[in-house]
Amino acid sequence: MGKTLFDKIWDAHVVTAVEDGPTQLYIDRHFCHEVTSPQAFDGLRKRGLKVFRPEKTTLSPDHNIPTLNQEKPIADPVSKFQVDTLTKNAQDFGLTLYGLGHEKNGIIHVIGPENGLTQPGMTIVCGDSHTSTHGAFGAIAFGIGTSEVEMVLASQCILQPRPKTMRINFEGKLQNAVTAKDLALYMIAELTTGGATGYFVEYAGEAIRNLSMEERMTLCNLSIEMGARGGMIAPDQVTFDYVKGREFAPKGEAWEKALAYWKTLKSDNDAIFDREITFDASAIQPMITYGTNPGMGMAINGTIPTLDAIDEASRISFQNAMKYMGFSAGEKIEGKQIDYVFLGSCTNGRIEDFRQFAAAVKGKMKADNVTAWLVPGSWMVEKQIKAEGIDKILVEAGFELRQPGCSACLAMNEDKVPAGKYAVSTSNRNFEGRQGPGARTLLASPLVAAAAAVTGKITDPRNI
Amino acid sequence: MKICVFLRHLRSNIKIMEKFKTITSTFVPLPIENVDTDQIIPARFLKATTKDGFGNNLFADWRYDKAGNPITDFVLNNPTYSGEVLVAGKNFGSGSSREHAAWAVAGYGFKVVVSSFFADIFKGNALNNGVLPVVVSESFLADLFAEVNADPKTTVTVDLENQTITDNKSGKKETFQINAYKKNCLLNGYDDIDFLLSNKDKIEAWEKNN
Ligand code: SF4
Repeated sequence: MGKTLFDKIWDAHVVTAVEDGPTQLYIDRHFCHEVTSPQAFDGLRKRGLKVFRPEKTTLSPDHNIPTLNQEKPIADPVSKFQVDTLTKNAQDFGLTLYGLGHEKNGIIHVIGPENGLTQPGMTIVCGDSHTSTHGAFGAIAFGIGTSEVEMVLASQCILQPRPKTMRINFEGKLQNAVTAKDLALYMIAELTTGGATGYFVEYAGEAIRNLSMEERMTLCNLSIEMGARGGMIAPDQVTFDYVKGREFAPKGEAWEKALAYWKTLKSDNDAIFDREITFDASAIQPMITYGTNPGMGMAINGTIPTLDAIDEASRISFQNAMKYMGFSAGEKIEGKQIDYVFLGSCTNGRIEDFRQFAAAVKGKMKADNVTAWLVPGSWMVEKQIKAEGIDKILVEAGFELRQPGCSACLAMNEDKVPAGKYAVSTSNRNFEGRQGPGARTLLASPLVAAAAAVTGKITDPRNI
Repeated sequence: MKICVFLRHLRSNIKIMEKFKTITSTFVPLPIENVDTDQIIPARFLKATTKDGFGNNLFADWRYDKAGNPITDFVLNNPTYSGEVLVAGKNFGSGSSREHAAWAVAGYGFKVVVSSFFADIFKGNALNNGVLPVVVSESFLADLFAEVNADPKTTVTVDLENQTITDNKSGKKETFQINAYKKNCLLNGYDDIDFLLSNKDKIEAWEKNN
């Protein structure tokens, strides 16, 4: 029997396996940010251990950092302490840090790929669930807890039970104004937020092969929102072209060798997945969420489900969500007024997202009732935005660019949506309070966000 | 490698966790589905650099109002319900990988979380902090909610050695799954790092071959 892409990479990284227990897996690349790592470094100190392979770990603060005046000290003393602790840990343990003000600083899942640290065939972990993003390159990438961060620092290994495998095929071509974000929101709505729990997902099919690298990252990023351990896409010419020439990508002879190996990284024709699902990509519409988990999504021109369409056991949660969002079962949400727009995050904070947003708002004006936060995922994205003149288009349309970071995706810094206000957000979670206590989040693509930003209402991007 | 072999590898001087013993306890019901990690511990509490104190902010936004006063109808503020066991609706712990969620659950004093379904990362984080996630059937879960509603003094017994949970009201018993490795870690209070480092030669051998 043939092997899946997942099997090939997993098997190549097994150090040893415990009978009726987890596998000890070797980790090629480890990323750390300031929120989930301090207790792990403390653990090393308590045990008197060093970092086992310091060159394989890269650090960048992203969650707590302000998106204005980054050159000044962070105002919130608790945030400042956490960011300073990351710096101290980098120094004490001899690790590479792209700290605040560094030209490579940014959201960890944006800077890994853009510096060529993320490569096909790797095992990649980070104390962050959206590590699934890196699977877009044909890597096994997944989020871990702080105890596991400590394991990786101490041994460059992790103990993991082998997940089951699932393949999701998207056949057909995407319609106009339908993006990878819409594919993902559609899939999560179909499968629910727990629908892929226990599985590692491979995305395949015509619509996937046609996605750019940025779009593939958006899709894999959201794998975790349906409970999957991770998501991955077999590397192809699109992948190789993206990786080639980046700072940490192999060069010269090493590149040729790597490329030959990477070309073998695809599921064999006779590989069997534990579960296989096929969607018709051509039927997918621009999507938006109406509730308080990413599975509560619908076509933007559709209606919220009626109560009798909801499973009996889920009705309390559904009604709580309606109350929190200020919506009613069965209603349309297109045309409703909104207050905030957030373009950014590790889901949609890359250069292509800014290109799309700018193209959609070009020649129009930001609606007066909207506060818009446009936050690049990294300083490299910011630099590219300026190099392409995208910033000028945005300014002419009444928008301003903020400085890179996680920002309103989880509102650990100042960028909090006030209670009761509606935010159309390109991020990944619409949980209660995610963008600030009482904030009401509607997840959508950069195009839907752009349409909302210029009309002040929930608007189908095909109508502007 | 066999379990008995690796246990011998573990140095006995590092016992990070307490040993897990059989528990009989009343329980706190939380009959809500999809309780995500942002509800278990909201992001603004993630700025700490130690593992302490998270129990005070477990379910903070459901537990306290804006002024910081307890919201009386939330179950943790209702003295009728108490115990070392939290019984929650389907798909508990979805969302972020923050181990702070497990620290909050453990810090509050829960030793077991019962649900019909758990998100993967939360499950792993809980186990790494001595909190046992117990997966029961939908009907077992529904019975527990109904019984505790009628009588808050209803108890469950969780026996890790035999991998069983008993509803002491109805006498119904279910077995639950846990891999032998993690079970041994919990029963003995071991954590994983010693085990990983005991394989240092294997790690270096892997590196040489790749
Ligand atoms: S952008 Fe949001 S989801 Fe991504 S790493 Fe930052 S906080 Fe997490």
